[in-house]
Order: sequence, then C-alpha cells, then structure tokens
Amino acid sequence: MRETTSAKSFRIVVIAVLTVFTVIPVYVMVISGLKPLKDVQGAFSWWPSTLTIQPYIDMWRTVPLASYFVNSVIVASAATVLSLIIAIFASYAISRYNFRGRSLFSNTVLATQMLPGVLFLLPLFLIFVNINTNFGVQLVGTRIGLIITYLTFSLPFSIWMLAGYFDGIPRELDEAAKVDGCGPMRALIQVILPAARPGLVAVAIYSFMTSWGEVLFASVMTTDANRTLAVGLQLYSTQTNVYWNQIMAASVVVSIPIVIGFLLLQKNFVAGLTAGAVK
Amino acid sequence: MSATTATKKSGPSAGPPKGKPRKPRRAGWWLPYALLAPAIIFEVVIHVIPMATGIWMSFLKLTKMFISNWGNAPVIGLKNYAVALDFNSAVGAGLLKSFLITVAFTILVVGISWGFGMAAAVALQKSFFGRGFFRTLFLIPYALPMYAGVIAWKFMLQKDTGALNHLLYDNLGLPGDKPFWLIGDNAFWAVVIVAIWRLWPFAFLMLMAGLQSIPNDVYEASAVDGAKPLRQWSAITLPMLRPVNMVLLLVMFLWTFNDFNTPFVLFGGSQPPAGDLISFHIYNASFLTWNFGSGAAMSVLLLLFLLLVSGVYLLVMNRRSKRA
Repeated sequence: MRETTSAKSFRIVVIAVLTVFTVIPVYVMVISGLKPLKDVQGAFSWWPSTLTIQPYIDMWRTVPLASYFVNSVIVASAATVLSLIIAIFASYAISRYNFRGRSLFSNTVLATQMLPGVLFLLPLFLIFVNINTNFGVQLVGTRIGLIITYLTFSLPFSIWMLAGYFDGIPRELDEAAKVDGCGPMRALIQVILPAARPGLVAVAIYSFMTSWGEVLFASVMTTDANRTLAVGLQLYSTQTNVYWNQIMAASVVVSIPIVIGFLLLQKNFVAGLTAGAVK
Repeated sequence: MSATTATKKSGPSAGPPKGKPRKPRRAGWWLPYALLAPAIIFEVVIHVIPMATGIWMSFLKLTKMFISNWGNAPVIGLKNYAVALDFNSAVGAGLLKSFLITVAFTILVVGISWGFGMAAAVALQKSFFGRGFFRTLFLIPYALPMYAGVIAWKFMLQKDTGALNHLLYDNLGLPGDKPFWLIGDNAFWAVVIVAIWRLWPFAFLMLMAGLQSIPNDVYEASAVDGAKPLRQWSAITLPMLRPVNMVLLLVMFLWTFNDFNTPFVLFGGSQPPAGDLISFHIYNASFLTWNFGSGAAMSVLLLLFLLLVSGVYLLVMNRRSKRA
C-alpha cells in the first residue's frame, strides 16, 4: 500500500515537532550538568564554555545526596517488593476464582484515581503523628511510614494489570498442575508465575517508578532522617547560591537507572497495559 | 470482564455432594478472600480510614491548637464548608479562583496531550525505518522521575539564565524584553506547558497499545474502497479506539485536576497566583495556616466535584455506547 504525500508530510511534521518538544529539556538537563558554575549563572548557552564533570563531583557535597539516594533506593525497593507480592495474590484470586465482590474490586481501581492526595494526606499525617504519641511507633520521619504508604499507591493499578496478564495464561496449565496434585498455591508459584514473568516485570517497574517519583507525601512525611531524592533534589536551590549545574547533574544521575530500566522493558509495559485494557 | 470460572474450582476435594437442599460451601471457598486480604487491609489502612477521617475532620475546628490533641477539637458542623463556599470572603474567593484556573488548566492540558498522543501514535502506526527509535524517545518524559523533568523545566524557564528566553529572544530574535515565566501571569502558561510535556507520552503509550489491536486488513480494505487517510482515521481508528479513549480521557482528567506535583516542584514556595492549581492551593491553605479542618472541607468539595464529573461522564458514555 503506498502512502500518500499528505500522510507522509503529516508524519514528518508530527515527529519533528514532538521530537523538539521532548528533547530540549532533556538536552538542557544533560548539557547543563557538564557546565562550570559561571556558565549557568549568566545567559544560557547551548554549549558549555568548557566541558567539565566537576558538577558530578561537587553535587555529593552540596547536599547529602548520597543519603537521599540510599533512602530512595530502600524505600522504592521495599515498596516494590511488598506491593508485587500482595498484587500477585490478589490478582490470582481475581483471575482464577469467581467470588462475591469480584467486580467491585476491579471497579475500585478507577475510583482510587479520583482521590485527591491532599484529602488523605492530612489525616494520614495526623494518624501517623497520633500513633507515635500513643503507641510510640514512629511513622513520620521513618522509612517504614513511607514504604507502607507508597506500596498502596501502586497496588490498585498493579493488580489490574497483573490480573489481565494472568487471564492471558491458559487455565489448562494450572488445571493440569492441580490434577497432578498441586495445591492452589503451588500452582501459582510453579506454573503461573514463571509464565507471567513479563507482566511481573512490568508491574515491578511501574511500582518502582511510582515510589521513586512521589513528591507530595515525601514533602510532608520526611525529615532529615529519611529524606528521599524527590524532596532532596529541591534543596540545592535553598542554598545561598543556586547550583543549577549540580542540580542538573543530580537530575541526570537519579534519572538514569529508571529511564534505562523503563526503556529496556517498555515492551513488557505495553503488553501489560494491553492485557489490562482488553479485559 | 468475563466470569467463567465458577465451575473450575480446585482439585479432587471440591464439588458439593448431591441431594442436599442447601448448597454447602465448597472446601477452600475462603481462599480468594484470604488472597485478597493483604491488599484490602493496606488499602483500608492507608486510604479508606484516612479518607473517612478526612471527611470527619472537615466538620471540626481543627486549627493549630488541636493538632496533637485533635480528639478535643470542637465540632462546628458545616462551618468550614460555609467559609470555603462563601465567595465574598477571602478564603472562598481564593478557592473559587483556584478552581477556575484548574478548570482552564485541565481542559488545555488534557486536550493538547490527547492530541499530541494521538498524532504521534498515528504517525508511528505504519512501520518505517527509525520507528522504534522515536517510540522510545517519546516515552522519555514519562520514564523520567517526575521531579527531575520538572526541575529541568524550572531551569529552562528562568528569566535571565533560562533556555526558553534564550531561544525566543536571542536565537529567534523576538522583539522586546525577556519576560518572567514563573512569576506573574505567564506562570499559568509555564505550568500548562510543563504538564503537557509530562502527560502526553502517557496518552501516546495508551493509544499506541490500543492501535495494535486494530487489524491491518481493515485499513487495506478501506483503502481499496478509496478512503483517504483522514477518512480512515475518523471512520476506523477513532471508533476502534473508543474503549481506550473512554478510560484514558477520564484518567487524564482526574490526574490533571488533582495535579499537585507539577506546580509544587515548578514554583516551590513562591506560589504565583496565576499558577495556583487547586491541590496546591489546598495544601498551602492547610499547611501554611495549619487549619486542617478548613483544608479537609476543601478537599471533600474537590472530591465531590470529581465524583460528579466522573459519574456524569460514565453515564453519558455508557448510554451512548448502548445506543450505538
């Protein structure tokens, strides 16, 4: 089938405009992280006066970036692992069992997107504070408080996506395992999970990205002890000098693991979305 | 969603004995509930209880003095709501203005993001050399941690040291003085552009996933009948993407209307009135004045508005798809 010229020029224009729009901020971020401080304090230039990796060295000293990094890694990893385990069990129930309240649970996913974060931020904060005063369990200013909060953010969408993925795995597989004497849990672990690996990867990426990028709750529930990158990165501009080159360098560093991970595994992600959407 | 699993329950022990008047519960009937329990418990603890508490708080005079001892905060009924909805008072007028800004913001951001996402998905529908590259490239803003992307924009939008003014005034030679982008009326356009940059790749991702389910021969058959690309788009692509669009537009609307992160990272503490989106407004109203009761009332009003819009939207959409 031949393409008409108008279709071709449409394609070229769309791709060109959106490429420029997408790339400019990324380019500015990368190139500014390689500039000396005087370059980012004067008028902008598209190319540094001298290329330097000094910002990548200095950024660790201006703010305690390493400790924010460690906090973010621990919080996001723990939230991802817990959320994944919980989502696997829930999705297994939704995909393989018919029980009362099943459709209610799937509709809840859409409803959770409606909640304004500020509505339960305030009460959750106060509940955490009161748990601390009454039971002595500290949840504000600790990683545990953040972990249990974040795992619930990714949970609804993870369950929705994973249940769609499990639906795509032929029932005959786990039925056969059960005939061979497997219990339901062994069928899940030995048959379904290996077959659902791409879906599991997609859900894990999604959970990790959600926790890694969360700002609102981090801004209220973190203190110096558990500050994550989401808040920590903004502290460069509270110094007397705004070290834009270091902020941009730090932005590159916090982005690289997640961007590469996402882009390598984007096929899984699209497959997971499609599986969820066709249900 | 199909429900065909009723008879496919587990192994040899299952299956009720015949001839009993009332069906006894199958062995292991509790298993699905047990599997769901952890998910439900966490959602209840982190979402449901705080939300119920938030609604209750909105009826309290919960100011600074009662924060650590909020059991003693006096109940004042609907007074927080009355203040928030009294558009002649400073609080009410501020909320109304922020609401209107958010409506304009949402319409622009969702509309343009959807348009960009659709254009890109269609442009990359047919395979050509470099398609995979552009698909990956367009997903970068979505993959970037939200704050990293917005901070890069914050730097670009600086008046004297930013890339945007440099591009417009030094490179492209626009006349006049370089404007502020993060202060004053331009702050609205700044937050709109940044939000679009963040959101459109998601529309692209969803629409791209949706386009994959349209079989190619539908297009070929219509091309044989002489349909032009624009006609193909409106007669095939758009109707076939309807289920995806229905969810996509609603989710984008909810996310954008609730958007707190973009203005928070972009503006920080400076809060220009033109960029005063509603979540940001409520956050500041609560945490700067420490009046949590009033903040809770505003949040409940926001939730009611979103419930109303979503409900009407789903009702209209479902009715229309039944008629079709």
